[in-house]
Amino acid sequence: MDILANLSLGFSIALSPYTLMLAVIGCFLGTIIGALPGLGPSNGVAILIPLTFTMGLDATSALVLMTSVYYGAMYGGRISSILLNIPGDEPALMTTLDGYPMAKKGRAGDALVLSGVASFVGAFLATIGLMLLAPMLARVAYLFGPAEYFALYLLAFCTLGGMASNNQAKSAIASCLGLGIAMIGVDNNSGLPRLTGGNLHLMDGIDFLVAIVGLFAIAEVFFFIESHGKGSAIGVKLDKVTIPWKDIMATKWTMLRASLVGFIAGILPGAGASLGSFLAYMSEKSIAGKDGGFGTGAPKGIAAPEAGNNAAAGGALVPMLTLGVPGSGTTAVLLALLMTLNITPGPTLFTDRPEVVWGLIASLLIANVVLLLMNVPMVKIFVRVLQVPAWVLLPGVTMISFVGIYSLSGSYFDLILMVGFGALGYVLRKLDIPTVPVILGILLGGHMEDALRRAMVLSDGDGAFLFSSPIAIGLWIAAILGFVAPMFLRGLLRKPQRVTD
Amino acid sequence: MASDRIFGLVVLMVALAYIASATQIQTSFLADPVGPKAFPILVGALAAICALVLIVRPDPDPDWPAARTFGSLAIAVIVLVVYAYALKPLGFILPTAFAAAILSYQISPRAGPAALSGVGLSVGLFVLFKFALGLGLVAFPKGILG
Repeated sequence: MDILANLSLGFSIALSPYTLMLAVIGCFLGTIIGALPGLGPSNGVAILIPLTFTMGLDATSALVLMTSVYYGAMYGGRISSILLNIPGDEPALMTTLDGYPMAKKGRAGDALVLSGVASFVGAFLATIGLMLLAPMLARVAYLFGPAEYFALYLLAFCTLGGMASNNQAKSAIASCLGLGIAMIGVDNNSGLPRLTGGNLHLMDGIDFLVAIVGLFAIAEVFFFIESHGKGSAIGVKLDKVTIPWKDIMATKWTMLRASLVGFIAGILPGAGASLGSFLAYMSEKSIAGKDGGFGTGAPKGIAAPEAGNNAAAGGALVPMLTLGVPGSGTTAVLLALLMTLNITPGPTLFTDRPEVVWGLIASLLIANVVLLLMNVPMVKIFVRVLQVPAWVLLPGVTMISFVGIYSLSGSYFDLILMVGFGALGYVLRKLDIPTVPVILGILLGGHMEDALRRAMVLSDGDGAFLFSSPIAIGLWIAAILGFVAPMFLRGLLRKPQRVTD
Repeated sequence: MASDRIFGLVVLMVALAYIASATQIQTSFLADPVGPKAFPILVGALAAICALVLIVRPDPDPDWPAARTFGSLAIAVIVLVVYAYALKPLGFILPTAFAAAILSYQISPRAGPAALSGVGLSVGLFVLFKFALGLGLVAFPKGILG
């Protein structure tokens, strides 16, 4: 009954009025961030990290706030998918396939409530799964030495790179870019500067927050300038919101199955929430067969991707907390948050700082209930948020990013760097080069090199040490498969096109 | 085709320069078997190989925007750079109002709403940051208010 004791410890932290208030604020902000087109969980969380840092919150509070935002953004993403046919974030893409047609049939309210309930089921089950699985995995993680960690990091790059782009070479370039940037600064082992070009500002290395905010938030502004903020008008009417019990009952097995699929997809390092919602939708589509009416506004087509998406969001926390390897773009941003707060994720986190882990898990459970309550009766408030025009929203996002980064270091150099990363992010995304591996590289580059060097110190420079344990060999094989397999599965994994009017 | 080839060439150049500067890294007397050079060189070499692959087998071109849009993008970048330099000496309110208004105009070219959103954002965000979140922002440069 270890779990119950730990959970009561967690709830004793999470139920304090202050933490509870942070969770509610986080849920509210998160839903808004998720709902706004152009802001998703990754860039939303990214621009908020510097602000929480300067507000001086302690580690647990900051973590509770940001994970509430993360879960909230996962809920909120569905609102713009259903009403605007624009996915608020990448994983919500699958929800547009049935959500928008259903809304056009005049059932927008039903679609919103149904997807809210599905989100709740997925996220709730995934949090339970996280509770059961994470301590077990943390025990396994104790067996990991430097050689295993090196292979694990490689696996994260390979699977993420394999899934993220249609061209393996491009995602590999993105990973190298991130790793290369991570090398800049003072070398941990020798204490000598590397690759700084004599620039004093670069001695500390490039702050990953600067890169994240630049690549995710500032680049988004450039995309809106290119499109002139078109296509963000609500085309469907939202009347009274009632609870469609019949649809909820009819989709209960769909939700359970989709949650399981999503959770497993989320656990895989690098795969993440997009894969979760994709697999959940496709498997339900094939179970329902031709008569299922998928793509024309079927309730199951809304429940499946939303449950899968939110379950994957929870599942992605498992490798992030136990191994320090993020499973998606957003968890990479959360990893950045942990590193900013000086918390090292990994197996020792569970034994050394149980209050952080279990406080986090308890507040996830609470956040979920809060989100369900917020998202069903109050959905109309969030719909109103969608009407904020892009020409107010995006400049606002830019200014918040500037203030956040400026308050971190107070140096104009970081701001210039951020703008540079923004421009880089625009070019990369235009060329279909994924930006998440860049972030992952900057975050993990130092650890990856350390693992390699420590492994070589242990073995006195013998390269075969990297393949010396069964775990390491397994990880290497998985890494190679994860990188190569998507090349052959391309046709199978092709994403369905968005419904057009 | 061409975009990917150009990008591949740029990456190749950067990777080679990166490798070249990595060979110049000083090693200390506390050397471990790998040393500080090997990993950067490995990363640079991998990037160079991928760049070659990209040059040989490029993807179709993306839809690049028209020249005018590129103009808007360039203006946006310049505004942001100027804003970054102006934030410290000129205080928060004035540079923010100008930068936000110009960005807003680039997204939706209507002068009135753009100016309004610039002023609104600048004052609103200042109040939010200064009084709700307690960040130490300076509203105006010291010289103006004496």
